[in-house]
Amino acid sequence: MSQSGLAASPTVTWPSNGISEVPFRLYTDPEQYAREQERLFKGPTWNYLCLAVELGKPGDYVATTIGETAVIVVRDRAGAINAFVNRCAHRGNLLCIERAGSTSEFSCIYHGWTYDLAGQLTGVAFEHGVKRQGGMPAEFRKEEHRLQRLRVSELGGLVFGTFSEATPDLETYLGPDVTRGLLRVMNRTPVLLGRSTQAMPNNWKLYFENVKDTYHASILHLFLTTFRINRLSMPGGIYIDRQGGNHYSYAKLDYAAEDADYKAAALRADSEFQLQDRSVVESIDEYGDGVSVQILTVFPGMVLQQVRNTIAVRVIRPRGVDKAELEWIHLGFDTDDEAMTERRLRQGNLIGAAGYISMEDGCVGGFVQRALQYNDAGAGLVMMGGHEAESQDFRASEAAIRGFWKHYRTLMGE
Amino acid sequence: MDDIAIRLGVHELIGDYAERIDEDRLEAWPELFADPCRYLIISRANHEAGMRQGVIYAASRGMLLDRVFSIRRANIFEPHRYRHVVGPIRLKAVEGSVAVVQSNFLAVRIMHDGATTLFASGRYLDRIDIAATPFRFSERVVVLDSDKIDTLLAIPL
Repeated sequence: MSQSGLAASPTVTWPSNGISEVPFRLYTDPEQYAREQERLFKGPTWNYLCLAVELGKPGDYVATTIGETAVIVVRDRAGAINAFVNRCAHRGNLLCIERAGSTSEFSCIYHGWTYDLAGQLTGVAFEHGVKRQGGMPAEFRKEEHRLQRLRVSELGGLVFGTFSEATPDLETYLGPDVTRGLLRVMNRTPVLLGRSTQAMPNNWKLYFENVKDTYHASILHLFLTTFRINRLSMPGGIYIDRQGGNHYSYAKLDYAAEDADYKAAALRADSEFQLQDRSVVESIDEYGDGVSVQILTVFPGMVLQQVRNTIAVRVIRPRGVDKAELEWIHLGFDTDDEAMTERRLRQGNLIGAAGYISMEDGCVGGFVQRALQYNDAGAGLVMMGGHEAESQDFRASEAAIRGFWKHYRTLMGE
Repeated sequence: MDDIAIRLGVHELIGDYAERIDEDRLEAWPELFADPCRYLIISRANHEAGMRQGVIYAASRGMLLDRVFSIRRANIFEPHRYRHVVGPIRLKAVEGSVAVVQSNFLAVRIMHDGATTLFASGRYLDRIDIAATPFRFSERVVVLDSDKIDTLLAIPL
């Protein structure tokens, strides 16, 4: 099969038309992986590119990837954000090698072809040859050549790109619930606190499903229960968009009850199961709505999280059928004072590659991948909470995972 | 205190630190820090950009103890150990009762099935309290050369 991924027909067979039984070969099949690059990442989906604040002034750029495809995002002189494929129109060389920077134009190191900040070809070295010898043919027109352009949209300070003309506008794509959830968290100008990348030994979908899996949280992640950190009542729910792939789940926390419980616990003697230093969970209700956890996904690869006072964008990037990279982009806001920044940094121990309530997610996908090694017949079950992918007001459910597969099957044509 | 005594005390503390981690005596690891303290594992890219978000951050000995207790009792991961190789230890300055020290390290990760890989490399940027013996870290910033971490980071570096 060609690398374009346009295989004539799917190579993985689903057991039914449903979305609650998922074939294991979807995580192991190289042809499936190539089709995903074409039909999902280059298909009618919106993909996270960068923060708008990373492109503060004209010429500021970020080099990133959508799926496996290298992309440049840049702010032009008019202040608009442009994105295009990071591949010179001449011989296909990687145009931009640095991860970020500022420039007046993009110049290819290989043969010196140059492009303006809109991706239009503006210069060809020796276009008219040397001493009237060589040079491009007379009919060659620079105006007819440019870098392959992506559509760009911005919401809540986050910049997204899409390869497809068929993708609906970003807010329509997300649906009203997920749009509201995104803007709830990103309600101020973000400040980048730092970033890191976790290399994961598993297919990208295993991580994206994990994020949508509200069922596993209190079973795999034992930190909060071990330290008897208050999880009183915790009303919550799941919103899933019409297509299925975008969602957010949330849970509320009784902040006052937690504080009272802490004061009572301090009087008890069983200190072994108490934190020595509570600052890692001492959070404030910064949104004023009691929601302490909100996990939001944008199909196919972005997560926006609020876990107490930690705010982060996570981007899952496929790197082969059994490898993925998870980038953590940790945020504060321009309104934060030093106490708030310190609070976010201390709570930062909860999340990331060493996170008290997230480190298990770094290895559990790899365990699944290992179990599927040459052992990928059959299908997994995602039936908790039913067979459909509808919004629910409880969280012991796999509805959001089913939503992922609903959207996936539609776009993959399976 | 003379220069040689400072250098010996610093050397002893840094060696002791690696030994307590590598020999799985993690419960004794927080004792090597003053209280309060600052322990931060951060990538070079974040550190050089003046950003403060790390991978692990502790501001007290209690936070270090909680980290140990959590990875012993709460967190789930495949058993593994590290072997630290600490490079030249450079005494950069003595500021009152604080020695400013810098060293390089490699940390090899040995999984329970024997798989052995170079897990991390970087620098230790230390501020060491030398007012009393044995010396204690008042600050240890672990600057990782790479911002990519394989699978997860459970045991401190």
